Order: sequence, then structure tokens, then C-alpha cells
Amino acid sequence: MAAELEIEIVTPFGKTYEKTIVSCTVPGALGQFQVLKDHADMLSAVDIGQVRLQEGDTTEKVLATGGGFCEVKNNKVRLIVESAEFAEAIDVERAKKAKERAEKRLASEEDDVDIVRAKSALLRALNRLKTAQAL
Amino acid sequence: MATLREIRKRIGSIKSTQQITKAMKMVAAAKLRKAQENIVALRPYAYRMRDVIGHLTALSEKTSEIPLMQHRPVEQVLIVSVTSDRGLCGGFNSNIIRQTSHRIEEYKEKEVELYAVGRKAQEFFSRRNVPIKQDRINFFNHLAFEHAVQISKDLISYFTSGAYDRIEIVYNEFKSAVQQNVIVEPFLPFVPDPEMAEDKTQVDFIYEPDKETILNVLIPKHLNTQIWRILLESYAAEQGARMTAMENATENAEELVDNLTIYYNRTRQAAITKEIAEIVGGAEALKES
Repeated sequence: MAAELEIEIVTPFGKTYEKTIVSCTVPGALGQFQVLKDHADMLSAVDIGQVRLQEGDTTEKVLATGGGFCEVKNNKVRLIVESAEFAEAIDVERAKKAKERAEKRLASEEDDVDIVRAKSALLRALNRLKTAQAL
Repeated sequence: MATLREIRKRIGSIKSTQQITKAMKMVAAAKLRKAQENIVALRPYAYRMRDVIGHLTALSEKTSEIPLMQHRPVEQVLIVSVTSDRGLCGGFNSNIIRQTSHRIEEYKEKEVELYAVGRKAQEFFSRRNVPIKQDRINFFNHLAFEHAVQISKDLISYFTSGAYDRIEIVYNEFKSAVQQNVIVEPFLPFVPDPEMAEDKTQVDFIYEPDKETILNVLIPKHLNTQIWRILLESYAAEQGARMTAMENATENAEELVDNLTIYYNRTRQAAITKEIAEIVGGAEALKES
């Protein structure tokens, strides 16, 4: 299939990716969805998860992304997320450490632990590890 | 009158101070450049986020059900004062502190508390019996997005728990390297920018989940972005202010050195003249005898 879908991934640290591709798979708030050419216009919330970009018939790229939203309009996909890292660029050691820290915080009995924050930190770390291993 | 040695010593000390101020100016300039790069990198993200939220709030009929957009009668106010961790940056911090004090004065009928960002605000207000709810200090050196998320999470939870009905932020806006403006910005309840309400014609969009749920997810993210922008602007403004202050200090030192050098030469000349006069006088006295 020809590459006919424009995609742009934007984070607070700048544009991560901009290219014309075949399709992409996005972790929507209501479940994963795939966008191909001539997809209906839509706006969806995006969860922490993995975005898969099909650049050509055989090449695929995987990114670990933070939360945000995804807008599809006239064959242009805009993915606006708080973070986006390519699987090959993920620092596995760092993610492992973050995971351990978050788990320790969740397990501790102290009152001042911010459960919500620790949980989302854990989710992010797990997501990075999963993405790195998906290569 | 100072002795020659004393003047020489003063000139030396001013010159070494001048070297320090010059170096600080250079460092500030480098940090400013970096901060500006971060601001530019944030823009596309911030604009898209703002537009989508504007679009959604314009289309949604149920914005009053969104917790972060609820206006309550104002009883308790939280003022977030964004200063720097370090001094030597001209009026940067005192402008913020003055404006913060004005706001506190204005809300004196209500209950006002402070959220101090940066060591300068924390130091100043903790000595003046202003209740400080929370402080976030000593992080500007390694400023990261996480800091913004942390602050924004604090503020959101204060607002949703009902601890405060209104949250305002006082910060320095980065105009240019030589100009900073103090801005007072309402933070919560969230009010979409009127300019954000773009075309309402886009009604055949698929929304997944419904608009209100998306807004509930996106508004906190938008607020994270706002805090991140404010921290970046304040940091850039701080470096700009420090650059200007250090530039002025370096010039002042130059002037002082010039004046002291003239004074030094004069004093030296006077001493020589005096010595000659004494010798001549002594010789005259010898001749007469």
C-alpha cells in the first residue's frame, strides 16, 4: 500500500516525528484503533501506551507515548502527547529503576505517598519497558 | 585622605569583582539561549492543545459539569508566586514580591494563602507571617517538565478538593532579554481563551469518548503545559534580568575604576609635589644658614 497518510507527533519538547506513512495504530482512551487513508475525521483522547507507525510495506516503528489526544482530519493525523520515545531510544535501565521506585512507593505504608502519582509513574515505566521489548 | 596603597587595593578588588560580574553575564546569556529554545519547542504543542480545548468547550453544552471549570463563590484564594532561586538579577524578584503583596492585600477580606515557587518568595513571605501552603524551591537549576506536572497536580487537587475557590499565578513574562513584565494570571477555575473558540462548523467529527470526557482528560494536560510555559518564561526572564543587571554592574565597575585611577594619579602627583616642595624648602633653609 502506498504511503498516503500524513502524521505529526508533537510533544512539549518539540516535534518528534513528521512523515507520510501507510497507517498508524494509536492507544485511544476507549481502546486501540488504527488509522488508514480516508479515515473519518475524529478526535480521541489518547492513553499511555504504544503507537505503531507503518512507514512502508515492511517497516514499522514503535513509540512509547504519554497521554494526550489524537486528531484525524483530511488524511492528516496529529498526535499531541506529553511524551513520545522511539523504542530503540528507550533507556531500559532507567525505566527499570523508575519501575522499582514506583513499586516501592506503592508498597510503603506511609501516609504521604501520592498513590495516583506513583501509579502513573509505574504505568509509564512499564509502558517503556514493554515498548523496548516489543522491538 | 586615602593612602596610595589603599587606593591601589581598592582598584584591584573592584577589578576582580568586575571579572565576576562579566562571567555571570556570560553564563546568564548562555542559559537564556537554552531557555528560549525550550520555549520555542513548546509552542506547537501548546497551540494545538489550546485550539482543541477551545474547539471542544465551544461545542460542548455541558461545560458546567466539568469540575475544573466550575466557578464557586470565592472564599479561599491561593496565590502562586513564581520567583527565582538565586538573587543578583535586578528587580526580578522584588517586582514579583510587590505584586504578590498587592494581591494578598486585595483579598484581605477572604482567606489568602501562598504557594511559593522559587526560594526568594519562600524566604520573603515566611518571614512576614504569610501562610505558605506549600513551597517548591531549588529546582530551577535542573528544571524539567516533571516539576511543572508536580505543581499543576498540587494546584488541581487543591481546587477539586475545595480547599481553594480561586487560584492565581504571579510571574515574570519574558518579553525580551532586557524586558520582563509582571503578569497576574487566573489559573483555576479554568476559563478557555475567548480567542480559542474557533469555527463551530466542525460538527461531523467523531468524538471518542464524548467531548466532556475528553475535556476532563485534556484540561489537566493543558494546565501542565501552562505551568511549564510559566516556569520556562520565568526562567528565561530571570536570566535576561541577570544579564542586564550584570552588564550594568560591569559598567559601574568600569566607571569606578576610571574615577579611582584618576584619584590615584592625583594623589600620587600631590605626594610628589609635596616632596619636591619639602626638598626645595629644606635646601633653601640650608642656604640661609
